[in-house]
Amino acid sequence: MGFPLVAVDSLVKRYGTFLAVDGISFSFPEGSVFGLLGPNGAGKSTTIKILATLSLPNRGTATVGGHDVVRQAAAVRELIGYVPQAISVDGALTGLENLKTMAKLTNVPRSVRRSRIDDVLDLLDLGEAAHRQASTYSGGLIRRLEIGQAILHRPRLLILDEPTVGLDPVARRKVWDHLTALRREHELGLLLTTHYMEEAEVLCDTIAIMNRGTIVAQGTLQDLRTQAHHPDASLDDLFTHFAGAKEGSPEPGSWKEARRARRTARRLG
Amino acid sequence: MKAVLFRLGRWLVHTGTIVEIEVRKLSKDPWELVIRAIQPLLWLVVFGSALAKVRVLPQGAVDYQTFLAPGILAQSVTFVSIFFGITLIWEKDQGLTQKYLASPLARSALVVGKLASAGIRALVQGFVILLVADLLGAKLALGPGSIAGVLVLVVVGAAFFAGFSLGIAALVRTRERMMGVGQLVTLPLFFASNALYPIEMMPPWLQVLATGNPMSYLVDGFRGLLVPSHPSHLGLDALVLGLGTLGMTVLATWLYPRLTR
Repeated sequence: MGFPLVAVDSLVKRYGTFLAVDGISFSFPEGSVFGLLGPNGAGKSTTIKILATLSLPNRGTATVGGHDVVRQAAAVRELIGYVPQAISVDGALTGLENLKTMAKLTNVPRSVRRSRIDDVLDLLDLGEAAHRQASTYSGGLIRRLEIGQAILHRPRLLILDEPTVGLDPVARRKVWDHLTALRREHELGLLLTTHYMEEAEVLCDTIAIMNRGTIVAQGTLQDLRTQAHHPDASLDDLFTHFAGAKEGSPEPGSWKEARRARRTARRLG
Repeated sequence: MKAVLFRLGRWLVHTGTIVEIEVRKLSKDPWELVIRAIQPLLWLVVFGSALAKVRVLPQGAVDYQTFLAPGILAQSVTFVSIFFGITLIWEKDQGLTQKYLASPLARSALVVGKLASAGIRALVQGFVILLVADLLGAKLALGPGSIAGVLVLVVVGAAFFAGFSLGIAALVRTRERMMGVGQLVTLPLFFASNALYPIEMMPPWLQVLATGNPMSYLVDGFRGLLVPSHPSHLGLDALVLGLGTLGMTVLATWLYPRLTR
């Protein structure tokens, strides 16, 4: 294992009395794909928000490319591309306008701006839709445009919060294909959260299953099978094994999370 | 020195790009501005015309339409900017704010760009109000110097109130609460100012409020520039609004990241 691209150590995040992230630790190297899996309210999005410098931890440390996400947040932002779960393209602008403005905001040098945008349009099959207003895009196109915006400045880590939520199976598979191509061509590290087991199986080198703010299991798919003493288990089985609700315990997830997920699904669908 | 200039150049590109995004959106859908211009125009056309006939207010040597026009201009600038925070909460709900705050974009540039955008919105409205006031017979000094001064004051005033709104938006975080705060603030700001009547005719307690009300300085600045017989306190007005805008910009830059926490 090489130098860690992301290193999280004993991270804690509280919202009032609610403990959203409870002392989690994980790391992964440059160019690899790390998946955070878990039910609603597990703490996946909170973890991602801390790594994207959007939220401050109460305790513990997190670094990206060796830079601390709290003390060296500006340096971290140069290294990451972030695609939130909610729609982050401007529907009033065309795809091309979205890319052009984001290229300027992410310090892409003027001399290479046009070629970077052309590369992204080509890589993500956005060329034909480039001059259309983004509000007319399908869910899959929107997600691809968001990914395109996030990689314009050639980040080393792309952070994706539920990248295929609300997409139909065809659009979802297309996004996976593009992410795989991106990783291959740009040696990009990926950190993603997902509910879809198939997505994690297809994309992730390493998986951490979160439940109620803690990591209950992590490793490769094979590692997780070994930990569960179930050599033929699917990721679905492992997820239920590690994160399944215990009898009598309240169902996790909040109104806010449910509303956000449904709103995103409605917009993309 | 070179590093400072490099950083300044980037900051200006970031600020300009945020303004560019807002201008592109406004040019594609100008209806928002048209609809927002209706209310101030009603004040000018209905309220102004009616009170001009009554002649009960001691507005000095000028007719009431001329006295009122700078007040309505300030009202328009204030009202359009005080609800600016709703746009930012909408952007937060969309995911745009998260995208911006996780990018290398300088946060102060994001805020200054947003405040400048509020200034541009207010400029368009200001132009419409001045045009209609002129058509209604208000005797305004519309020379190049006063117009230039008004433009600067519109942008500074809009930035001040938009900065205030942005700060409140970061604290209240929902559109419903922001609407409530906006409605709570706008009418007291308007009526406890010199927009509709001179401060001198108010009861003493209201005079104190009006003197501390930033909108009064905006109205006074506009009157000093547009109404020839009005005593000008432009230096004081510009100082209060300039320092206020600087303070609001710093406060908004500090509070803005709270939108996503």
